[in-house]
Amino acid sequence: MVTLTIDGQTVQTREGATILEAAQSAEIRIPHLCYLKDINEIAACRVCCVEVEGERVLVTACNSPVKEGMTVHTNSPRARRTRRTNVELILSQHDCKCATCVRSGTCQLQTIANDLGILSLPYETQLPKGIRGKWTTTFPLYHDYNKCIKCMRCVQICDKIQTLNIWDVAGTGGRTTIDVSSNRVIKDSDCALCGQCITHCPVGGLRERDDTPKAFAALADPDKITVVQVAPAVRTAWGEYFDLKPEEATMERMAACLRRLGFDYIFDTNFTADLTILEEGNEFLHRLKSGGLTRWPMFTSCCPGWVRFLKGQFPELVGQLSTAKSPQQMFGSVVKSWFAQKLGVAPEKLFCVSVMPCVAKKAECELPTMATACGPDVDLVLTTRELVRMLRADKLDPANLPEEPLDDPLGVHSGAGVIFGATGGVMEAALRTAAYVLTGENPDPEAFAAVRTGPGLREATFEIASVPVRCAVVSGLGNARQLVEQLRANKVRYDFVEVMACPGGCVGGGGQPVSVEDEERYGVRGQRLYDLDRVNPMRFSHENSQVQVLYREFLGAPLSEKAEELLHTNHKAWSMPD
Amino acid sequence: MSRLSIEIPGRAQTVLGDLQRDMERRISASQPGLCPVDMSLNFLRLCHAQTCGKCVPCRVGLSQLAVLIEQVLDRTATPETIDLIEDTAQVIADSADCAIGYEAANMVLRGVRGFREDYEEHVLHGRCICGLSHPVPCVSTCPAHVDVPGYIALVREGRYNEAVSLIRKDNPFPSACAYVCEHPCESQCRRRMVDDAVNICGLKRFAVDHSAPVPVERKAESTGKTVAIIGGGPGGLTAAYYLSLMGHDVTVYEQRPKLGGMLRYGIPDYRLPPEILDRDIKHITSAGVHVHAGVSIGRDLSMENICSSFDAVYIAIGAHTDKKLGLEGENAENVISAVKLLRGVGEGKVPDFTGKRVCVIGGGNVSMDATRTALRLGADHVTCVYRRRVEDMTAMSEEIEEAMAEGCQILPLQAPARIEVDEEGKVAALWTQPQLIGPYGQDGRPRPGSADTRQFRIPCDYVIVAIGQAIVAQPFEAIGITTSRGAIQADLTSSVPGVDNVFAGGDAVSGPATVIRAVAAGKVAAANIDNFLGFDHKISLDAEIPPAHFTNTPPCGRVNLKNRHLSSYRGDFSLLKEGMTPEEAHQESSRCLRCDHFGYGSFKGGRTTEW
Repeated sequence: MVTLTIDGQTVQTREGATILEAAQSAEIRIPHLCYLKDINEIAACRVCCVEVEGERVLVTACNSPVKEGMTVHTNSPRARRTRRTNVELILSQHDCKCATCVRSGTCQLQTIANDLGILSLPYETQLPKGIRGKWTTTFPLYHDYNKCIKCMRCVQICDKIQTLNIWDVAGTGGRTTIDVSSNRVIKDSDCALCGQCITHCPVGGLRERDDTPKAFAALADPDKITVVQVAPAVRTAWGEYFDLKPEEATMERMAACLRRLGFDYIFDTNFTADLTILEEGNEFLHRLKSGGLTRWPMFTSCCPGWVRFLKGQFPELVGQLSTAKSPQQMFGSVVKSWFAQKLGVAPEKLFCVSVMPCVAKKAECELPTMATACGPDVDLVLTTRELVRMLRADKLDPANLPEEPLDDPLGVHSGAGVIFGATGGVMEAALRTAAYVLTGENPDPEAFAAVRTGPGLREATFEIASVPVRCAVVSGLGNARQLVEQLRANKVRYDFVEVMACPGGCVGGGGQPVSVEDEERYGVRGQRLYDLDRVNPMRFSHENSQVQVLYREFLGAPLSEKAEELLHTNHKAWSMPD
Repeated sequence: MSRLSIEIPGRAQTVLGDLQRDMERRISASQPGLCPVDMSLNFLRLCHAQTCGKCVPCRVGLSQLAVLIEQVLDRTATPETIDLIEDTAQVIADSADCAIGYEAANMVLRGVRGFREDYEEHVLHGRCICGLSHPVPCVSTCPAHVDVPGYIALVREGRYNEAVSLIRKDNPFPSACAYVCEHPCESQCRRRMVDDAVNICGLKRFAVDHSAPVPVERKAESTGKTVAIIGGGPGGLTAAYYLSLMGHDVTVYEQRPKLGGMLRYGIPDYRLPPEILDRDIKHITSAGVHVHAGVSIGRDLSMENICSSFDAVYIAIGAHTDKKLGLEGENAENVISAVKLLRGVGEGKVPDFTGKRVCVIGGGNVSMDATRTALRLGADHVTCVYRRRVEDMTAMSEEIEEAMAEGCQILPLQAPARIEVDEEGKVAALWTQPQLIGPYGQDGRPRPGSADTRQFRIPCDYVIVAIGQAIVAQPFEAIGITTSRGAIQADLTSSVPGVDNVFAGGDAVSGPATVIRAVAAGKVAAANIDNFLGFDHKISLDAEIPPAHFTNTPPCGRVNLKNRHLSSYRGDFSLLKEGMTPEEAHQESSRCLRCDHFGYGSFKGGRTTEW
């Protein structure tokens, strides 16, 4: 232990702790901006500068270790002046039009500047000029050079966690900015669109393409029947903005909100999560039995960030992806075919919107392969954050709205469907149904819980009807890369591998609300999904009554010709940029 | 009012003079990889601040050039802007009234022509080509990329064994380099922005002088692959050491009786005592390297034989043959090559120059070694003859200064013309043609030419020729290796085109260079031979580097090594330089700015832990 004095208070902390951590443990808050624990400890913003007695100049609290007997002043006149000036300097190169910024209210720079009471700037505003300040408006990921404060968090998240190295420092001197690495433009890059750079940006430098105007336009169009689906992970996070408790932020309360927004049919992506299990589970058993998985496993295909990653990094392995479309896309194609038929309307009358915790879903729905004779499966994807913005725009207060049921028939789902939103969930749901298919009876729904929690990469072998199934679950693209490399080196063998691009799975998705405190919330959100699974009387995808009806009335059986046409895709029919 | 008064600089001028000196140091400490366009713009602004304001091209033109280049950087320019920059700069270069203007414009012109593609990239895409990696200056300028801030931090903490182990991760010659490295790492040391470069080489010497032998750790499992290394100099032994750690079975063939190459047979003992060199060699051979000394390839063993009996071969034979002057009298008795002289001394065959007058021809480091060795061999008088000026000599300035301090004479601007031979066939004198230094040549150095003066006679008993070295290539040409201008042809990955399992590097490929470049070449060869053999072994070290101190020391003089007190150099080949005292080493290591932690280092590229 090390003993030091911070602002007159004696503090004991572990050796190797930073001044910032020591202060935090004593409830002394040191403002900071670029710091992201373990990921970005580079002392770039200089906002966390403190005075240490005996040192000639100020010391950054975020990356300086404590020393025995040191005396730290976090609010000395020199520390105050330094903090304020450095924030003013950052503001001088930041587009401070907070009123028109998506991050107003969750912006760390805004919070610090407001807290410091900065009312005017002594410096000239310097924003990038000419084309240097412009970014494409059509790509699902938007980078605002005028708001970027060059904290480097996006660079580090992408390098260290996702290992895609999309971002880098570009330009020189005062023109230094963050841009796509190796002088590429984002459209030509191998960005997986995981959106982790967005959720770790402290300001409005990164966001999703704003598709809310298109959603409002569709709602306003009297010729459109609007159908909305909501992904499982969304329900764990949408209430955070409204300060709802998890048990208040229910899917049913969200249904009430969506109905007030004007959606005609409110459904649940969980329905097609169950459908995915039947298709993908059967495909897996088929591939396993036919000996197609001896060298390489079958990879899940429901995460479009992972699909983009695999196509960009290991194109030779794309054939190992399940051909099943993601639940989002299955949902769209079922809505535009079966549901349109049920309503007795032409498919083009239906406008299919999905609310997703994800940015990559925006790119997925635009793929030429994600359409059938009935048109594009999904017409518009909104992130959880965009949904929140729409609710705020209409001044809807979920706390004061009653819970309302979802619509039939695509609102019904099993507990297996709901855990799709957490890492390990797809695997667990698939194994529950695979066990049923192989043995003819339902296993204990908790039998495969081993894949739920643990490190980024988890593996387990389950004996199902005396067939050993070697499974691995991985989240985060850096972990995924390691897994693929281990497979390539023949160091590991699996039959079935679930990959989610975002750490913790969709609950930690790049479209989810951003924590102003830099909290990683995927743990608590994932737990919420497992709680929902546990209380659901229906724990198996194959028990979803409406999915059974869908097969009976329309699709026939899993992997039938019709199912192949509507619910499966060719991952090789489109290409990532080289 | 007095008619005249003594002028003394005002306070502002004194401060400005200091700032200019600081700026000179700062510019020379520019890290590699900066944007050339941005640097050009800011050089231009400095130039423009110097304008007197009289003539139009300089006063207005330089200002407009700055505006145009700024537009390029702001990406508000078009491709035509680059043409306008070039045209305007040409007019200023052609018509400015004095050097302030035309030299500034010439700098812009050289830039816009020399790195036009950078200008274009800025205009078209608003970015730099250079990529701006901002590496740690000392690590990136060291050819072997030794973790300099890491070992300096360890020296500061008194952890010398770990410091030496850390150096060995990238360079198995920590001791030899601590004594004779040309230390390119110091050239762009960021400390120069504060006061002066850290004495990195001196600190390395402190570490090796205060460390104990550390056994070789972590050898990879045996691969069953065999590698032959031809040449037991620094390059060959570096490759041998790392390949051995990677688990390969390595055999070194050395034609001389002992290992070390030029370190043993070229560098005099007063700079590198053999027992210091032996420390490195002992560690290298303890990694399990087999050594066959006294074996000459081509004479004792054919190259074909080696190529077929080993999985891979690395040729690192160095450059040990002397170049000839091509002058009348060259074959006279007592005309000897510097390489032969130094090798003889290294082997213990010490000639006696007592009372003799010696002329050394050449201006490089070997020439200085020969000059100072001749003095130690008892020569009455040693004159080093060079055809350019002293400032054009390629020897390290420290070596030149010390040679002069020891009493040798440097005679510049004298081109050897012929050697006068006496009736016994021995050297009687060296005749030289005085030179006039002239315009700059293609290589950016001023060229000497014959001066309109008569030849000059320097009476002497010995002439030592130190005008460069060459290689013995015949045994290697036999298997299809090509040579060009006395060097083996190999590419930058050290593989030899056309010969499958043969690699080559070091002086034999690059021409005579430095120890550290030979080490770097050996590292490259080891990595690529490992891959060629089908492996991807990594050389790494889990060193816990002490955290950086919060704030750096204020400006503080650099500790330089001092020479031992000597009353006479005659016959004294013992080590001349004294190492730092512990007090000096602590102060000097505290001057390191820890670029691995501060600045870009904590973000990217601060530390490479394996290769």
